[in-house]
Amino acid sequence: MRRVRDIEEARKRKGSLPGGSPGGGRWEREFPLLTVIADDGSADPAEVTVSDEQAVDLYRWMLLSREMDERMVQLQRQGRIAFYIGAIGEEATVLGTVAGMEEQDWLFPSYREHAGALFRGMPLATFVCDLLGNAGDRMLGHQMPCHEAWAAGRFVSISAPIATQVPQAVGAAWAARIRGDDMVSLTWFGEGATSANDFHTGANFAGVHKVPVIMACRNNGWAISVPRELQTASETIAQKAVAYGIHGERVDGNDLLAVHAATRRARERAAAGQGPTLLECVTYRVEGHSTSDDPRAYRGAEEVEAWRARDPILRLARYLGWKKLVGPSETDAFRADARERVRRAVEEAEAFAPKPALETLFDGVYAEPLWQQREQLEELRAAVAADPRTASPR
Amino acid sequence: MPTMNIIQAVNDALKLEMRRDDGVVVLGEDVGKFGGVFRASQGLQEEFGKERVIDTPLAESGVIGTALGMALYGLKPVPEIQFADFIFPAMDQILSEVAKYRYRSGGQYACPMVIRTPYGGGIRGGHYHSQSPEAHFIHTAGLKVVVPSNPYDAKGLLTSAIRDPDPVLFFEPKRVYRAAKGEVPEGEVVVPIGKAKVTREGSHVTVLAWGAMWHEADQAAKEAAALGIEVELLDLRSLQPLDIDAITGSVRKTGRAVIVHEAPRTCGFGAEISALIQERCFLYLEAPVTRVTGFDTPFPYTLESEYLPRAPRILKAIREVVAF
Repeated sequence: MRRVRDIEEARKRKGSLPGGSPGGGRWEREFPLLTVIADDGSADPAEVTVSDEQAVDLYRWMLLSREMDERMVQLQRQGRIAFYIGAIGEEATVLGTVAGMEEQDWLFPSYREHAGALFRGMPLATFVCDLLGNAGDRMLGHQMPCHEAWAAGRFVSISAPIATQVPQAVGAAWAARIRGDDMVSLTWFGEGATSANDFHTGANFAGVHKVPVIMACRNNGWAISVPRELQTASETIAQKAVAYGIHGERVDGNDLLAVHAATRRARERAAAGQGPTLLECVTYRVEGHSTSDDPRAYRGAEEVEAWRARDPILRLARYLGWKKLVGPSETDAFRADARERVRRAVEEAEAFAPKPALETLFDGVYAEPLWQQREQLEELRAAVAADPRTASPR
Repeated sequence: MPTMNIIQAVNDALKLEMRRDDGVVVLGEDVGKFGGVFRASQGLQEEFGKERVIDTPLAESGVIGTALGMALYGLKPVPEIQFADFIFPAMDQILSEVAKYRYRSGGQYACPMVIRTPYGGGIRGGHYHSQSPEAHFIHTAGLKVVVPSNPYDAKGLLTSAIRDPDPVLFFEPKRVYRAAKGEVPEGEVVVPIGKAKVTREGSHVTVLAWGAMWHEADQAAKEAAALGIEVELLDLRSLQPLDIDAITGSVRKTGRAVIVHEAPRTCGFGAEISALIQERCFLYLEAPVTRVTGFDTPFPYTLESEYLPRAPRILKAIREVVAF
């Protein structure tokens, strides 16, 4: 625990954010933490890039995301889904970035950006079907929960290996430029991913070839049990942009308006041929890594409570209150609406048969099954027919 | 009809497919201005420009990762890995991402691409310029694996691979890159993926080979003929999909099988072929299915002739199997 205490003390000394970088040194000055919403909820209208209507809409998206995450964790605890990994406390980072992109832009998620898929039109019930891996699962039960894809919304397929999506996002944006299309890729990853080789190769390829991509780092302070300080000796993530010859920015990831404005700036630069941006969103993972994790084993409650007080939803609520757009009663009504939407989605999803059809096990390995898959399907059918325990869970 | 070597045939196929489909792009290390260290992409950047023939930074996972993104967006990338020995930094992208993309997205996405790479030994290249890693990829569902042995097949199979809806590993036998010459028609040549070719008919023993080792097997078959042994030689050409009917048809006729590959023996693709033969041809077999392969060592430098399953070792196996 010495490590955590040292970090906390360093932060107090420097007056910097817990979970963010502890330095307050040269690079924090070069890449200052950009905010738009002040503590009292006020904001300089010149820095606000969302309309009032959009701000309320995004507030409702954040509430829905929170409600969904909380409810899905409950379902996991009840044994109704096997696993969940959400974005509690990081909603402004996820929704601020996706809302800052254009409709035609492609999204390359890590595994916390489910709100991005929903924002791009994935029905909530379809998402829950993915968690259940049932007959309604768009992924045909091929992946564990929270690894969705939604092609209609240009939200690509999620995998678990770290940072592999970064060069892929670069490739898609590069392809769009070859085609002459106005398309900018957005990829999300955590600060832990900046240690992985594909972060480096992606940033390097994008920098050399000035590819129109936004690399959005959700710096949430923790990669499972490893704090940000043990991922990199860099004072900030944003400064890594310097070495790749690309643009870097560091924003308060709990300030939706700051994230949105930075995303707009990055998109404009990319679309104008000025190349990629590494956008560090400083936020915090207030819950465990996933439902398989217990963070009490490796971090103190003080740090977590400090960040709960900086909740991105409360932050936007203060802005909306300052603008007299939303008050407590509206928030209550929005919450109730979100709860009802999630309830109905779960109900709808659970109405599907618990498993997809047997033959879907072999669907999509290749465009057309090879003889091996055809033979193995017949072998499996015969095995199930001979002994039904073949298809039972244990 | 022009005579070409394998490099010229590969170059010809790339050029024709790039003219036919403006979505075909070539990317990799040294492939652009220089035309590739083996010159397989020579002249392509002059004709198609830097946007379609791309010199990438030196990172294989970046080459394949960006190719994947391009494929998702609808291009048909043909990334080159300079030597198959250097494909390992890209294994995560190939095995975890490229191979699984269609499956894991429930068919919503696909990332067809052709990963071209020179493979194989006998060129005094030591560990890192000689290996034959095909089995790793055949073992991963979602990938196709193709290995031509001659210029005609190189052109025809590469054309098919570029038009294929699935990702294809295209292993080029660099030992015979220039030595294997043959007549190759100008214009379109298509050789379907998944079909083996009987290059020599015989009734005593079936020999199965691919790539550079087909040439060694062919030499052994000729020497066996002088001894009165009629070898039926199959050039498999495509390892995944595998032409199982051609294999079982021939082995049921001859009752004997010798499998040749230069990769190490243990868990090499010969093990899979051997298992398939015993599962499907058990009652036809007159002798144990036999493998002539590289040894279970890293690829050696000085003793590479001894390591490779060259004609004398293949001939010895043929004689033993026939005399069993």
